[in-house]
Amino acid sequence: MEHVDGNALAGPLAEFFSFDATTATARCNGCGAIGELARAMVYRSGAGTVVRCSSCDHVLATLVETAGRAWIGLSGISAIEVPRGPATSSG
Amino acid sequence: MSFITRGFSGRSRDRDDRLPPGQTLVPDFPVLSAGPTPEVDTAEWEFTIRTESGVHRWNWDEFMALAIEDVDTDIHCVTHWSKLGTNWRGVSLDTLFEHVETEREFVMAHSYGGYTTNVPLDELLGGKAWVAFEFDGEPLEPEHGGPARLLVPHLYFWKSAKWVRGLLMMDEDEPGFWEQNGYHLHGDPWTEERYW
Repeated sequence: MEHVDGNALAGPLAEFFSFDATTATARCNGCGAIGELARAMVYRSGAGTVVRCSSCDHVLATLVETAGRAWIGLSGISAIEVPRGPATSSG
Repeated sequence: MSFITRGFSGRSRDRDDRLPPGQTLVPDFPVLSAGPTPEVDTAEWEFTIRTESGVHRWNWDEFMALAIEDVDTDIHCVTHWSKLGTNWRGVSLDTLFEHVETEREFVMAHSYGGYTTNVPLDELLGGKAWVAFEFDGEPLEPEHGGPARLLVPHLYFWKSAKWVRGLLMMDEDEPGFWEQNGYHLHGDPWTEERYW
C-alpha cells in the first residue's frame, strides 16, 4: 500500500488539535475506562501539568510549557474521541 | 586555585557564584508533584536495587543500620528556583552499591506513586548522591518525598525522585517520567539542560 508523507496530516490534525478538551472523551490505557477528559484529575506543578484517570489514577497526559515551547504527552491514552459536525464525506 | 577575584569576573556583585545560570534564590522550599502524595509507612517501606543477577533489598530498619551521612548542599529546580546550603541526612549510594555487582551503567529510579527518573550510574557514585530521609534535622515530610527520596544535588531536582522505592539497572539510558515528556535526559543545571 502506498503512503504519503506527514504533510497530509495538516488538515485532519488541525481539526483534531483544535478540539474542545472539555467535551472530548478518552480511553485510559491503565484501566480501559472511557470517560470525559473534563472529569479527569489534573495536578498542576511548576514542572508541568499531569492529567490522571479518575477511575484508576493512571497518568493519561502531561503538559510541559515554557517560554516559546510546549509539549503534550498522551502516552496514557489509547484514543481520544472529539465531537464533530455531520459527516461531510463517506470516504 | 583561582587568580581571578570577584571584581574581575565581570559578574554582578550581587550574583552568588553558587547559583547556576537562569536560577533565582528562594527562602522557602516549593513543592512540585506530579500527582497525589503517597503515604508510605516506614513499616511497609522497602528499598531495592535490581540488577541483571538479582535484587538487593533493605527494609527501613536495615536501611537505618547503614552508614548515615550529613549532607550540606545546594539544590536547583528546573523551574528556576535554587536553595543554597540545605541540610540532609541519608545513606550514600556508594554505601548502597558496595555489595552490588552490575555491568549495567544506567539507572531508572522508581518511586511509590509510579514516578520514574533516569540517571547514569556514575553520576550516583563517588559521593554525588544519597537516599535522604531527613531534611533540616526533621524526618522528611511526605510532601517533600518522605519517608525517603533520592538526593542528586548536582542535577536538576526532578532527578531527586521523591518517595523513592528502588533503582533498576539498565543497559541503555532510557527516559523517565518527565524526560519522556519534554525534559532533558541528563539535567545539568550548570549547562541549563532543562528540556529536549
